[in-house]
Amino acid sequence: MSSMVTLSEVTGSLGSIGYGLAAIGPGIGVGIIFGQGVQAIARQPEAYGVIRQNMILGFALTEALALIGFVAPFVFGK
Amino acid sequence: MSGSALLAADSSCHLNSGCGFPAPDATIFTYDAIWQFDIAGLTFHISKPMIMLWVAAAVVVIFFVLAFRKAVVVPRGIQNIGEMGYLFVRDGIARDTIGAKGDPFVPMLFSFFFFVWVLNFMSIVPFLQFPVTSRFAIPLAFAVLVYLLWVPLGVKRQGAGSFFKAMTMPPDVPKAMYVLLIPIEILSNFIVRPFTHSVRLFANMFAGHMLIVTFSVATWYLLSPSVIGILGSAASFTVTVGLTAFEMLIQALQAYVFTLLAAVYINDAVNAH
Repeated sequence: MSSMVTLSEVTGSLGSIGYGLAAIGPGIGVGIIFGQGVQAIARQPEAYGVIRQNMILGFALTEALALIGFVAPFVFGK
Repeated sequence: MSGSALLAADSSCHLNSGCGFPAPDATIFTYDAIWQFDIAGLTFHISKPMIMLWVAAAVVVIFFVLAFRKAVVVPRGIQNIGEMGYLFVRDGIARDTIGAKGDPFVPMLFSFFFFVWVLNFMSIVPFLQFPVTSRFAIPLAFAVLVYLLWVPLGVKRQGAGSFFKAMTMPPDVPKAMYVLLIPIEILSNFIVRPFTHSVRLFANMFAGHMLIVTFSVATWYLLSPSVIGILGSAASFTVTVGLTAFEMLIQALQAYVFTLLAAVYINDAVNAH
């Protein structure tokens, strides 16, 4: 396949596009986590401490994906 | 001084002066050695982040020695702050996550929390202005320390067989699923875990520092004798100040999350489930 013809090409700030795509999933995830967390606190205000701790833990686990998306273009870019 | 200050101040690029935006890249995270020497054929490089690492360790140790040196039953002054920090880690992290068996691990979690927090906080201290944890080796070393603690601890407390069974074979699953589940669990619990544990901290600090530097450079770049330039520069400066406040929140949160995850991993080791 050495004589492959390039039909179309994407150039420009691909890192930015990649970050945009990488942020979709974590964005939804963080929204769900905090939405459900606030709902849980509203239903059981006395469990605030435990709910908040688990909320932050889930937030950190989800947010990491978006951050890897942010850092990857710098590390693997060019 | 490398990093944001040098990048912005040395550049004479401004809007409409015929040169593009000097966007910062990953090179702002590398520092030249201030001093280097050889011991036994190995070359040691002493650079700014390394000195900041020592300073952070000294700050944490000195602060808490001062706080608890003359501990009294009714705390006064600095001892109040020290006890608040200690109780936060003991009740909020160790006891909530590990339970009664968590108390022996409080000193370690306490040290991790405050050391990581001070390292992160250096990101916004004038003249330091660099989060040491955005050098990947440092959070990786912390994560490896935690890994080397909880895996042998689990083997010791639960026995090798039941510990690895608990970590790799989730209960109440059809037998046939184990073909698929065991490799996934091994991968996520033993191989990727120290990596994600450290990348979370590293990436947060890297991204935060990068954002602040980008907007600082933009403030300087946009400053030019035109309406758009002055408005844009003012807007960038406002964003820089806002981001600095936001970073303070993220720094404390990431130190908390790092310690919390260390506690969660220790919980896997000490409490059989």
